[in-house]
Amino acid sequence: MSLLSVTNLHAGYGQMTILKGIDMALDAGEIGVIVGPNGAGKSTMLKAIFGMLNISEGTVGFDGADITGIRSEKLAAHKIAFVPQEANVFPSLTVQENLEMGAYSRRDAYDAVIDSVYEIFPDLKDKRGQPAGELSGGQRQMVAFGRALMIEPKLILLDEPTAGLSPLFMSVIFDRVIAINKTGVTVAMVEQNAKQALAIAHKGFVLANGRNSYTGTGNELLANPDVARSFLGG
Amino acid sequence: MNELVFFIDNGLVAGLIIGAIYALGAIGVTLIFGILRFAHFAHGDMMTMGAFISLIIAFLLKASGFHSPLALVFLGMFPAMVITAAIAIGFDKIFYKPLREAGARPIVLVMASLGVTLMLQGVLRLFGGVSARNMFIDRPKEIFQFHLPGARRAIVLTEPQVILFIFTIATVIALHYFLTRTRLGKAMRAVSDNPDLARITGISTEHVVWATWIIGGALACAAGTLLSMDVALKPDLSWNILLPIFAATIVGGIGQPYGAIAGGFLVGLCESLSVFNWAILLRPIKPYLWFDIPSSLSLVPTEYKLMVPFLILIIVLIYRPTGIFKGRVL
Ligand SMILES: Nc1ncnc2c1ncn2[C@@H]1O[C@H](COP(=O)(O)OP(=O)(O)OP(=O)(O)O)[C@@H](O)[C@H]1O
Ligand SMILES: [Mg+2]
Repeated sequence: MSLLSVTNLHAGYGQMTILKGIDMALDAGEIGVIVGPNGAGKSTMLKAIFGMLNISEGTVGFDGADITGIRSEKLAAHKIAFVPQEANVFPSLTVQENLEMGAYSRRDAYDAVIDSVYEIFPDLKDKRGQPAGELSGGQRQMVAFGRALMIEPKLILLDEPTAGLSPLFMSVIFDRVIAINKTGVTVAMVEQNAKQALAIAHKGFVLANGRNSYTGTGNELLANPDVARSFLGG
Repeated sequence: MNELVFFIDNGLVAGLIIGAIYALGAIGVTLIFGILRFAHFAHGDMMTMGAFISLIIAFLLKASGFHSPLALVFLGMFPAMVITAAIAIGFDKIFYKPLREAGARPIVLVMASLGVTLMLQGVLRLFGGVSARNMFIDRPKEIFQFHLPGARRAIVLTEPQVILFIFTIATVIALHYFLTRTRLGKAMRAVSDNPDLARITGISTEHVVWATWIIGGALACAAGTLLSMDVALKPDLSWNILLPIFAATIVGGIGQPYGAIAGGFLVGLCESLSVFNWAILLRPIKPYLWFDIPSSLSLVPTEYKLMVPFLILIIVLIYRPTGIFKGRVL
């Protein structure tokens, strides 16, 4: 049985429906990559899964439970974390405080988790006392990533974690995604750098106009000439 | 030397006293703005209400035959802070929360707080009348004098002024500790930074909103009580105190508690130094001056004191709209 199963999802903003029947299933331990043109509804899909939008039809199942419409502040308890595309750090809080906030819903000691985040992102350790708003884009992305890891999630939703980063930083982030996935965390990631992202994906989903247009393993989508022509730039 | 003492008393001390009051009020206003994102117009009347509650508790203490070396009204202030905080949370539940949940725009909440302030004013006048009241009901306030060498006049500090200074310093330290060391305090800063991300992160907005009203309400009560102890409890204070407090909030940078403190003292000192009669300081050097010193030489006549925060506000909004501590732009 899949860890995350999205079926026939309809959702949008206010009266406007953006998602018109999305399906997605991820098994535990997989990396799922979602690609598609700008405005396809990729971010909208992550927001809908994470309880930030009204779902008019369809269901979201997670780990045997129905989490359709559960508000985002409650999802930490289900061990789902979300890193939004923009404004994903608390700028006036220090790096360390950002991580502590990630653990807000935890009642137990989490020092070891902070240490492990600093192990994954050693750059952050030197900057721990610095306000996150003063960091570079790539470092901020790491803070956002680390903040999400603080609940030790089973599933992490990443919205374009490499947006605006240099190719070098991009591969650093992808390396980290793989490393975190190796520890057993399931990843659902929206990416513009489709080729690189699909190369590390167990499953790939191409969205267009609020619908699935192709679904397959990462390699299948990379090898599919239609997908390559319309979404991967030839 | 006597002139210098006069300056310290009527210029500096007076400015620091009123500045401390503004700071205590502005901390609440700035936190409420940072977390709930609206200008809380009812803050002035919340101060008056807090002062009344302190006075009522003092009367109750007196009636029960309670004696203490500290003024009864000061003892009454601490339970009154708790009660005012509870009332502030109650107001939020009844008036502001339903609007928030309906997705009302900030201006609607500002209007609601205007409604709350009118309502409070009515209730306070209905039960408290309009006359000024002395807060020291058990004994006269003590007066401390400090003599500078070579001066006949002494620097005079009254008991409520000393209490106010100590209370303000303790509050600033406690607030700093709370905001930088505690889980809830950091969560408050996080919500102020980015409310959407705070929700995503699983921070309980409810707790943060409560903490905001508790701090804002308790400090409003303390500011109202201490101000009334220093002068007298005037039920019609509200608008006159609200403007300088808002000026302090904006000067300090909206949403910035340290800015509110700095802004409070800045506005207070500017106010007292502009109404100070500078002629007095010139008197000792009168023989060396080529002009006659007018009997009164202040920048602003006392009646127009309220002009000062207005002016500061306008200057800041034109030249540095984010305030000293880089707060939000209105
Ligand atoms: N807050 C919003 N309110 C109303 N409509 C929105 C909102 N956010 C996005 N939309 C609309 O929803 C559609 C899908 O947007 P979405 O952000 O999901 O696209 P995306 O696939 O993530 O694109 P990108 O690759 O540019 O991030 C767009 O047509 C957009 O105009
Ligand atoms: Mg997007």
